[in-house]
Amino acid sequence: MSRRSLAALRLSPRWAPYVFISPFLLLFAVFGVFPLLFSLHLAFQSWEPTSGLDAMEFVGLENFAFALQDEWFWKSLKNTLWLAVVSGAPQHLVAIPLAVFIHTSFKRLRDGVVGAYFLPYITSTVAIAIMFSSLFSKDFGLVNAALQAVLGMEHVDWLGRAENIKPAIAFIVFWRYLGFNVVLYLAALQTIPRDLYEAATMDGAGRWQQFWHITLPNLKPMIFFGVTLSVIGGLQLFEEPFILTGGRGGADQSGMTSAVYLYRMAFDFNDFGGASAMSWLLFVVVAVLTWLTNRAFRQKGA
Amino acid sequence: MTQFTPREAAVNRRQAMLAVTAAGLSASGPLAASGGRRLTVAAFPLVDEIVRAALPSWRRLHPAVDVQVVSRQYADHHTAMTTALSTSVHLPDVMALEASYVGRFSQGWGLEDLSQAPYNVGRIADRFVPYAFDQTRNRRGARVAVPTDIGPGTLLYRTDLLARAGLSEADLTPSWEAYVAAGVKIKAATGAYLIGNAQSVKDIVIRSGLRPGEGLYFDKDSKVLVEAPRFRRAFELAREVRRRKLDAKVNAWSNEWAEGFRRGTLATDLTGAWMVGQMATWVAPGTKGLWRVAQLPENTFVGYGGSFYAIPRRAQPEQKALAWQLIELLTLDPALQLAAFKAQDAFPALLQTHQDPFFDEPVAFLGDQPARRLWREAARRITATQVHKQTNFADEVIGTELDNVLDHGKDIATALADARRLLERRAHR
Repeated sequence: MSRRSLAALRLSPRWAPYVFISPFLLLFAVFGVFPLLFSLHLAFQSWEPTSGLDAMEFVGLENFAFALQDEWFWKSLKNTLWLAVVSGAPQHLVAIPLAVFIHTSFKRLRDGVVGAYFLPYITSTVAIAIMFSSLFSKDFGLVNAALQAVLGMEHVDWLGRAENIKPAIAFIVFWRYLGFNVVLYLAALQTIPRDLYEAATMDGAGRWQQFWHITLPNLKPMIFFGVTLSVIGGLQLFEEPFILTGGRGGADQSGMTSAVYLYRMAFDFNDFGGASAMSWLLFVVVAVLTWLTNRAFRQKGA
Repeated sequence: MTQFTPREAAVNRRQAMLAVTAAGLSASGPLAASGGRRLTVAAFPLVDEIVRAALPSWRRLHPAVDVQVVSRQYADHHTAMTTALSTSVHLPDVMALEASYVGRFSQGWGLEDLSQAPYNVGRIADRFVPYAFDQTRNRRGARVAVPTDIGPGTLLYRTDLLARAGLSEADLTPSWEAYVAAGVKIKAATGAYLIGNAQSVKDIVIRSGLRPGEGLYFDKDSKVLVEAPRFRRAFELAREVRRRKLDAKVNAWSNEWAEGFRRGTLATDLTGAWMVGQMATWVAPGTKGLWRVAQLPENTFVGYGGSFYAIPRRAQPEQKALAWQLIELLTLDPALQLAAFKAQDAFPALLQTHQDPFFDEPVAFLGDQPARRLWREAARRITATQVHKQTNFADEVIGTELDNVLDHGKDIATALADARRLLERRAHR
């Protein structure tokens, strides 16, 4: 290729930034903005999808009114909140002490230990679900075998009975995201200056006092970040309950989170308008709770 | 007596079939010689295999028209078809659909009305098993599909377990009450459960005694029917099964379920005729010869799934005539229909094939019982029900309320009233 033709290909500095940023913007527009706007549009329509796009019919706020009066929407929201709290809170309550322990006690083995905790986070959800559905299996599962051997308990129908499904899911979510939070807190721990601890030691502060008065306050920004991620992730929980309950939400829908429910509304019950309205209502809930988290941390941190 | 397509069973049936024949996804043949036309058929296992097996016959009739088979797994296929119909993009010329999806897709306007010219499907109506053909009619009277295979319901039972309890087939089938009473004796004598899950008893009993065209959960005007006597009876029977500890509380297609068949802890199953093929190939091949089939108790006749072909309304217009010819070949050619029955356990919807000697042949897995005669008889006595837009949701609600009755002792009348209230809110959406 001649020098001249290369020159013709050269971008003018005026356009270069836009060209370089365009791949992201294009993908974001197609896979981010468009679906958002489309679902907002759908939330105000009644639509039989197999009739084609022109079969939509404007129904105003009817879908929202339906969603707010729908027992199953509220049920799924309660399930979601329960799971978010029961699977989310222990993640942080365990991850912080664990991170401190790893930070202070491991030197050479540290990366290996962290890696072991992090592994569930990068494992495919499908593999996790297959593994846990056999672990939780009623007659042939290891969990029941262990409970029977150690505590002499009768076999528990973990994934079949309504009252057991949520704890089983919460445990898996906890197990899966613990390592992620440990990594977050380890990173934060490394930024706390050592002199603080040295000074505290000289003043006669014990390990517990150091943890309470130095480590925790310094971790606060990261706790805020981690809790925010847990709140958002917890409220959008979908994969684990979906796969563990065969995509149906389990007995008495007790494993049916809001995300699972609105997927089912659209693809099983053929109600795309209702599902879109619910997804926007869920968005409002996520936004409000994130804002509340933010406020809670700001007040204490100030 | 009615068309019964438990979604879960149907899904898993296809998934199971997929597991059995994970054969060539990409075996759809080389692209046609240039210049020729090409038809696209979208299908799921094992209908894709059946279409491929028919291609040599097609080429003899239309050497210039190639057929491309696009296969996806069962659930993916139907999701892809929903998307294709909703956007009118990438529509195949011929679409294979499982029975429950025919009911669902027929609610909209996405499928071609085959009762109109040039198809005039009405003129071949009497060549199919009646209920299967009836099922292709939607509320507006359009015919949206053509049946190709069906799943007559059947009662599978273990002769050895029955013998140990001193029972015979005649003790199981006279009535549902007799079936449960036999279960009590089987449990006492052998420790085996009568059935995998009490829900399956409910699923059939709510479908018994329906008049042709009567809705299952809703009537024509979307009035909710779940407090009818058939629901009360179904719930009472299921509760009795659970109270007497006659069900293993396992879900179909789970590991526990398959183990139950292998180890002989499940004495009977209420299922589709195709289940025999599944049992023989992978679920419990070791139990060959121990099983027999009978008609469902109380002479109940229901269909478990089935496959259909349809033409999308917005498919390329110039291809539709050819697409119809392909559907005619696939559904009306007795040799192809029989070949599909022999190779893939696809029970033919084409009545003409039912006179073939193959129907009288013994089935080895069933101890050489000529079981296909029984299923042929059942197929003719099944009636179709009208699918309502909220049928899937109603399935879920009724299943949940029965769980509440079985697991938490909820009162049956309260449970059905709660179900009615939930369904009434959706009936007109």
